[in-house]
Amino acid sequence: MSGGPGVIIAGAAETDQVGKLPGHSTLGLHVEAAVNAVRDAGLSLRDIDGIATVSAPGPAQVAHALGVVPRWIDGTGVGGTSFLLHVRHAAAAIQAGYARTVLVTHGESGRSRVGAAPFRVPLSSPGGQFEAPYGTFGPTTTFTITALRYMKDFGLTHEQLAYVAVAQRRWAAKNPRAAYRDPITVEDVLASRLIAYPFHLLECCLVTDGGGALVVTSAERAGDFPKPAVFVLGTGESAEAPMISQLVDFTESQAFRLAGQAAFAEAGIGVGDVRHLMIYDAFAHVPIYGLEALGFVGKGEAGAFIADGNTEPGGRLPLNTNGGGLSYTHTGMYGMFAITEAVRQVRGEAAAQVEAPDISVVLGNGGAFATAGVLVLGRQPR
Amino acid sequence: MTVTIPGKPVPVPTPETQPFWDGCAAGELRIQRCTDCSTAFFYPRPVCPACGSVNVEWFTASGRATLYSYVINHRPAPGFQDDGPYAIAVVQLAEGPRMMTSLIGVPATPEALVLDMPLRVMFEPRGEVYLPVFTPAGAGP
Repeated sequence: MSGGPGVIIAGAAETDQVGKLPGHSTLGLHVEAAVNAVRDAGLSLRDIDGIATVSAPGPAQVAHALGVVPRWIDGTGVGGTSFLLHVRHAAAAIQAGYARTVLVTHGESGRSRVGAAPFRVPLSSPGGQFEAPYGTFGPTTTFTITALRYMKDFGLTHEQLAYVAVAQRRWAAKNPRAAYRDPITVEDVLASRLIAYPFHLLECCLVTDGGGALVVTSAERAGDFPKPAVFVLGTGESAEAPMISQLVDFTESQAFRLAGQAAFAEAGIGVGDVRHLMIYDAFAHVPIYGLEALGFVGKGEAGAFIADGNTEPGGRLPLNTNGGGLSYTHTGMYGMFAITEAVRQVRGEAAAQVEAPDISVVLGNGGAFATAGVLVLGRQPR
Repeated sequence: MTVTIPGKPVPVPTPETQPFWDGCAAGELRIQRCTDCSTAFFYPRPVCPACGSVNVEWFTASGRATLYSYVINHRPAPGFQDDGPYAIAVVQLAEGPRMMTSLIGVPATPEALVLDMPLRVMFEPRGEVYLPVFTPAGAGP
């Protein structure tokens, strides 16, 4: 974004409710979120000239349902981080003049599965030939498989892994929209049923229904909207391995690191400038990998950093302040909810508002460490 | 009306992967390496992921590996309902590449499955193909 005026998030909203919504289809969730986000920006759907969303139901379907006629389309569908990439791609498109006001939408009937695409790995694909035959069954069996290697190499304990869920529940307790708000202990986490050793139920994200949407436009229009502008200061994206077995190193995420480096460099910031952080937490180890990949702590230090209270309410680096995928909501592609919470924090309207988050960083994951996106968001232009 | 209970997934080879599956059927773990930079790699593909060369060849790996990481799955995939909690493992071949696999001849418990333990390949029939699985190196037959 060097040179240009940059872009802002002018509108951001979620569906009226998140959780169990059998009365909404996947498309219906997109539509509700879109309408809410456009209203949040003080705009009309007629003002939208660019559309971005994942491949199912797809940008053409979402645009058509909304009566939007796009002159710019992005259907990047690389898992739960896709919406971070949409913001990045929209920034480029807006500065190139291809679109003026881009709508990014997410909706997913992840729990109720109303109008949802089926999960199916073709058995002729690399994953179908070389992973599925061994009994993989979604992210609980793939995303999690790196953790024992990390635990052996860096001494992460089962208690420290469990504490990630404890810390995030403390944020969720402050968020009336969170699915789970009752306090939990490390003992509670370790006593919950095993899903895929070493992961217990409370170390795995929820599966919910919901949606969210964003309105992205030029920073030249920063004063034109009812809510404070949230400046997109830096962005990054990367991809590593579509099969978990082929990650370069099970103790780190190369994609997280590369996306983070790009975003921090573009924003011209260091970790010391960051006052609020969202790290996609499909499972309890993912924030550990994220903290290390972004450079907030050294390799092998994140488990203790979280267990020492640094990321929970009152800590010096507020992390996953909506309660995260572990306690707030997780539709399947959670990245949108990490962005909407960061926007609320930067605006100063979050349920668990942290003090003066001039800069918030969002790290999104796609697949099982397969893809990554990072956004650096700020209250002021660069 | 018949109800089909889905069995365990059976891999469907593609032209690029057929030599691997042919090797498994012959009791050999055939993988690829680059003839320019010598890097061995898996999964099968027509280009070296290390240097970009298209000069790649098949060779028979030793079948020796170590246990890199695993989970013990308690929510069985379709076809695995009768297996009880089962290990899904990633092993590191002696030649360098890693692959996902099943572990046989060893209990699926954290006590029995120790990271870096030596393993050797075996082949199990699955539908039309033979699937490479691994067992502790000292175990018979």
